[in-house]
Amino acid sequence: MTYETIIGLEVHAQLLTASKIFCSCSTKFGASPNGNSCPVCLALPGVLPVLNKKVVEYAIRAGLATGCTIAKKSVFARKNYFYPDLPKGYQISQYELPICIGGKIDIAVNGEKKTIGLTRIHLEEDAGKLLHEHPTTRSKGASWVDLNRAGVPLIEIVSEPDLRSAEEAVAYLKTLRAILIYLEICDGNMEEGSLRCDANVSIRPVGEKKFGTRVEIKNMNSFRHIENAIHHEVRRQEEVLKEGGRVIQETRLWDSEKEITISMRSKEEANDYRYFPDPDLLPLLIDDSWINAVHQNLPELPEAKKARFMSQHQLSEIDAETLTSSKSLADYYEACVKIYGDAKKISNWILTELLRELNNSGEPIEQCKVKPDGLSGLLQLIDQGKISGKMAKAVFLDMVKTGESAKDLVAKQGLSQVSDASTLEPIIDKIIIANPNEAERYRQGNEKLIAFFVGQVMKETQGKGNPALVNEILKRKLKP
Amino acid sequence: MKLTPEEVQKIADLARLELRPGEVEKYGEQLSNILSNIESLKKFQTDTIEPTAHAIEVPTPFRNDEVVLSDARELTLANAPEREGDLFKVAKVL
Ligand SMILES: [Zn+2]
Repeated sequence: MTYETIIGLEVHAQLLTASKIFCSCSTKFGASPNGNSCPVCLALPGVLPVLNKKVVEYAIRAGLATGCTIAKKSVFARKNYFYPDLPKGYQISQYELPICIGGKIDIAVNGEKKTIGLTRIHLEEDAGKLLHEHPTTRSKGASWVDLNRAGVPLIEIVSEPDLRSAEEAVAYLKTLRAILIYLEICDGNMEEGSLRCDANVSIRPVGEKKFGTRVEIKNMNSFRHIENAIHHEVRRQEEVLKEGGRVIQETRLWDSEKEITISMRSKEEANDYRYFPDPDLLPLLIDDSWINAVHQNLPELPEAKKARFMSQHQLSEIDAETLTSSKSLADYYEACVKIYGDAKKISNWILTELLRELNNSGEPIEQCKVKPDGLSGLLQLIDQGKISGKMAKAVFLDMVKTGESAKDLVAKQGLSQVSDASTLEPIIDKIIIANPNEAERYRQGNEKLIAFFVGQVMKETQGKGNPALVNEILKRKLKP
Repeated sequence: MKLTPEEVQKIADLARLELRPGEVEKYGEQLSNILSNIESLKKFQTDTIEPTAHAIEVPTPFRNDEVVLSDARELTLANAPEREGDLFKVAKVL
């Protein structure tokens, strides 16, 4: 029997506010343990939470960018459970009335386009952090709690079960991540946990309408993990069904080292969270003028930027898509275009030379030592005939390593191209005299031999001869 | 509405309460009585009334996104049953 895979994703995105969602504690990552905590985020008796306005604005941004309806009225609810990282014994979230409803995200897998529906986006607070090794004493055998993250604002973006493969799930998450970064509401850092993803995975026989029992997978903190974990979970479920068993509804943790999912001991006796409206918080009301104001200040999104690059810069769709796949790459490209001008040439260099080096080093473009003015400077040297395109590629590699300007490197290495005929002509004369047979065959019509002569000249000039000029002189001198 | 002993035990588990022998019956009866009382609200017709969680419809106030250093670490950790350095120490999880 062949099965169809059904996936829905729940994505938690940490919002880039300075303070927490309901109190004035800092959200800064890496502060000393428990230093960013206060009676409000711990819900000590007598305190009241007060909603951070920026959090609401950011959630509206996310909703508008993904085609959601912004709820005029939404309500905060308490999700009750006990866990050591949850100081209050409940998490403030939204349940029946979330801030954003519906919406969609367009994805592309291998050139094929697909629209993935969103169920909702809701606001909630993060829990604290559990450490399983003490950071200074390195002791184990207990767990330690840091509440700095407790109360940091999150949006949870819940997709419809519209995804049909691990590849689609990854494409969806990449697209969503890019949108959040473009919106400047989340840094998208999966390793530090600013963007987290849980996957609901089930399978059903092809043709079957009813969904199978779903399993929730947690603890995947990279695109690679998500892809592997879903592949693994689908195979596991297929085996269970083939052996005549049935899939149990449960939560499983991805173990990236062993590449397996492990069943979690039922953490909270079933998902009995006993949601109820938080009595400490009044309904969140959002009027049209607020929504319109956020809409007007929405930054340009990947799709719109891509279309603009295609029409304004005459880039191909595939090139525009790659350049807009991350905001920092698109910003880099635009900065280059502004300095240098020729969009096509710049995009070719970025898409081939620069991206290859970034892929090799694995570092983000922000950390690349070649800045937009540096790359533009290199291309200008080619245009001025100071170096050949081939030399430029070698110079570029040195720029990536040292961060020095193309001009300095060329001067330092004596790389400057020989572009004056009076230097090249005697060399060329000498080579023609030294190779009378080849010269004769060329004159009789074997024009391919020009490459041989160019090669000889380049050898003689250590690659510094201006190729166009060398060609021109050779053709003139070899003319029958 | 009469709760079964299993339901009473589940509620106790969710609330992290350990019940001694006889208490399932004792609290089960009390809880059942409370539920029966609440049950009496069902006789009211509420189809046309919008559910509310607060008596008066007032929107939530906001605060601006500003950090105030709380310096409350010691206050926070004062409630720790056990502490190691600046961290709460708890029984091993997982
Ligand atoms: Zn706080």
